[in-house]
Amino acid sequence: MPTKLTLNGRAVTLDVDPDMPLLWAIRDHANLTGTKFGCGVAQCGACTVHIDGAAARACATPVAAVEGKAVTTIEGLKGKAAQAVQAAWQKLDVVQCGYCQSGQIMSAAALLATNKKPSDADIDAAMAGNLCRCATYVRIRAAIHDAAKTMGA
Amino acid sequence: MLSNSLPAPVRHLAADEPSRRSFMIGAAAVAGGLAVGFRPDAAAAQAAAPAAPALNPLQAYLRIGADNSVTVLSAHMDMGQGIYHGLATLVAEELGADMAQMKVEGASGDVKAYGNLAWGGFAQGTGGSTAIASSFERYRRAGAAARLMLVNAAAAAWNVPAGEIKVAKGKLTHASGKLATFGQVAAKAATLPVPTEITLKDPKDWTLIGNPAVKRLDSRAKTTGKQPYTIDVKLPGMLTAVMLHPPLFGAVAKSIDASKAKSVKGFVSAVMTPRGVAVVGKDMWSALQARDRVAVTWDDAQAEKRGSAELVAEYTALAAKPGTVARKDGDAEGAFAGAAKVIEATYAFPYLAHAAMEPLNAVARMNKDGTLEVWGGHQIPDLYAAIAAKVAGVAPDKVRMRTMMTGGGFGRRAVADGDIVVEAVAVAKALGWKAPVKVQWTRENDMQAGRYRPLYVHAVKAAIDAAGNPVAWSQRIVGQSIAAGTPFEGGLVKNGVDGTSVEGASNLPYAIPNLTVELHTTKVGVPILWWRSVGSTHTAFSTETMLDELAKAAGKDPVEYRRALLAKHPRHLGVLNLAAEKAGWGKPLPAGKARGIAVHESFHSYVAQVAEVTVDAKGGFTVDRVICAVDCGIAINPDVIKAQMEGGIGFGLGAALAEAITLEKGRVQQSNFHDYTPLRIDRMPKVEVHIVPSTAAPTGVGEPGVPPIAPAVANALFAATGKPVRSLPFLTA
Repeated sequence: MPTKLTLNGRAVTLDVDPDMPLLWAIRDHANLTGTKFGCGVAQCGACTVHIDGAAARACATPVAAVEGKAVTTIEGLKGKAAQAVQAAWQKLDVVQCGYCQSGQIMSAAALLATNKKPSDADIDAAMAGNLCRCATYVRIRAAIHDAAKTMGA
Repeated sequence: MLSNSLPAPVRHLAADEPSRRSFMIGAAAVAGGLAVGFRPDAAAAQAAAPAAPALNPLQAYLRIGADNSVTVLSAHMDMGQGIYHGLATLVAEELGADMAQMKVEGASGDVKAYGNLAWGGFAQGTGGSTAIASSFERYRRAGAAARLMLVNAAAAAWNVPAGEIKVAKGKLTHASGKLATFGQVAAKAATLPVPTEITLKDPKDWTLIGNPAVKRLDSRAKTTGKQPYTIDVKLPGMLTAVMLHPPLFGAVAKSIDASKAKSVKGFVSAVMTPRGVAVVGKDMWSALQARDRVAVTWDDAQAEKRGSAELVAEYTALAAKPGTVARKDGDAEGAFAGAAKVIEATYAFPYLAHAAMEPLNAVARMNKDGTLEVWGGHQIPDLYAAIAAKVAGVAPDKVRMRTMMTGGGFGRRAVADGDIVVEAVAVAKALGWKAPVKVQWTRENDMQAGRYRPLYVHAVKAAIDAAGNPVAWSQRIVGQSIAAGTPFEGGLVKNGVDGTSVEGASNLPYAIPNLTVELHTTKVGVPILWWRSVGSTHTAFSTETMLDELAKAAGKDPVEYRRALLAKHPRHLGVLNLAAEKAGWGKPLPAGKARGIAVHESFHSYVAQVAEVTVDAKGGFTVDRVICAVDCGIAINPDVIKAQMEGGIGFGLGAALAEAITLEKGRVQQSNFHDYTPLRIDRMPKVEVHIVPSTAAPTGVGEPGVPPIAPAVANALFAATGKPVRSLPFLTA
């Protein structure tokens, strides 16, 4: 049964197995490959997307669960928090291999959308679900603080 | 003082450390000669040296588009360490380009252009933190030669002397008012003679090399989801395969029953490969669902069935016996007899997984013209091309390797047998080449299919005299050889000692008159591999923690103690002193806090780290701050060096705290990130990195940040609690 949803602001119908994880539907069928596969069991956060604005793991979300909802991927990320986060990531050269960074940025943008001035502890709590095997964490923390400052300015 | 005639890194390195350098020469030679027909060719290596007749830089090393973009063709694969950015910096510096016009892509298929010069030039490859050493000279020369060719083209077009043309920020100008972009003259320039006389910039004139403000080229693509990796390769008609590997190492598939998979929509086939069973679907989800319905019967008669605990017990027993000598100075056994104090310790280190974020993958396609294309994170592309040709049954010159940006490596993509390439090519072939095939591993494949940092046991006995000076050191290392039984063996194993098993101990820099390092090489059926910083992942720990035990027994400060023993090693001393100074070593700390230090050289780069920990009453602890000093010669991209130190610290700390692959009855107990637990942000300390100014030839930074962190933290805990840490990880589940 096809699933109807809003994907990056556009109404789409995904004619795939409703049990298919959203990750594979958007990668293999909507051709949006910025969202990455890292574990398949919601342990690494590489597949983080926004569902109705909240960060969610696409690998553990069946397509059927997003019927009628708004899904945003890294390709469709917009808004003040998102821009501030991406700019901060670029300013501080956070990335190394970059593979996890779509997910990191989606989580960071979701954090800043609800918490305008997160502490280190807030950041650690919100970002602990996003693994970075290159361990770019020092810069992730700094970039989130930088983005918060930009948004507050 | 550095001059433009800086010795080629390959010569500097070859003279410096034969074991590491000869490793890949041997690897290529034997891999080629015996395994896949990949021929070592002394003439080719010679031709690859910088002094050889120059290749046309505008064909071999960079491409300038009509749009004025400059695309560097990279000899090295980028797995996040930033070598693409590094090579772009080198080319742009000499070319006179603007970093904004630079791009980089992976190149392959021309060993004369891309052979790793730090390996002797026999094969293209990335590893051992050699990329900058290999390419510092040749990519600058390529940039300089290309600039001359652009100038000559403009001079001819404008009918002015070449000497009057200025080059800056991607533009050529002449006092007459003439102006051209690189793109406007590039096509003509590429047809001109390649200059033979090239003068590189004086380092004092560098504007990009050494400039911390130069931003990484890949930041934008990697923060917008636009950077393509192998997992993102999508070709018309492409099928996706997932793997069922043997549940025990050494087991082999006897039969496949795919009858139940036929109900899965999109299921294509289940096929045998030399490395397990591949289940093929139209997309990832159909392949995964089908995989769960495919039953494979395995023959485990020859499989490894020991567990980690048994291996540690066996290794510990072996460590009590003399092994093969890797280093012998003086008479350690004799010196123990007269020593004031002797300390003995046994250390255990578990198997470790690389667990790069992008699980292994490769894409293979047989084209109508008979060429075979293979996309992947090709760390040794010439070797993999030869292997792919053999598996496919085509001539080696028909294979085209497409090297993608790679989502982490840490050693896992440098394999003697081309594992993932074999799988992709074998599946595509088994399907009659009717479609391109992507093989995509799951995280469970990654955790359970082997190729781990080996499990090791060390036994160290060390002694001090009445004045507290170390007088004897005996170290026995027990573990599997990474090189043995692979094509790398000939180059790496000398006199029965695999250099990668003992490196970091066998070259212990401290002034200890009687020193013996011995090795027991074990045979275990668990596949193993180099893991970011290789031997130093374990030797730095045992040597640097034992050194603190000796310092304590001598009643001396750990930094002072090391200083006295490193008098003949100025670069070790340099980083030791810098890290200690920046950390405020010796200044009092609040109750519950302690510092520990470790210094270690690996891959010709020198790193010292001070860890500050807080220990609570229950024995728990946090690592609060790490101060790191690094000497890697000329700092080409200072911010990338800092990033590699930060990342190396996080990578090493994660392993030290909580990573372990364990076996029970031969079966791997971990399967995903819930039970194999790399560092997460909530355990990442604050990190400060300081770079030692240097004019020495540049060396790598991908690996050397890793070794000191575990012993630095252990030494801080030792300082806080008085109890030495002797096995890793610190935290056990």
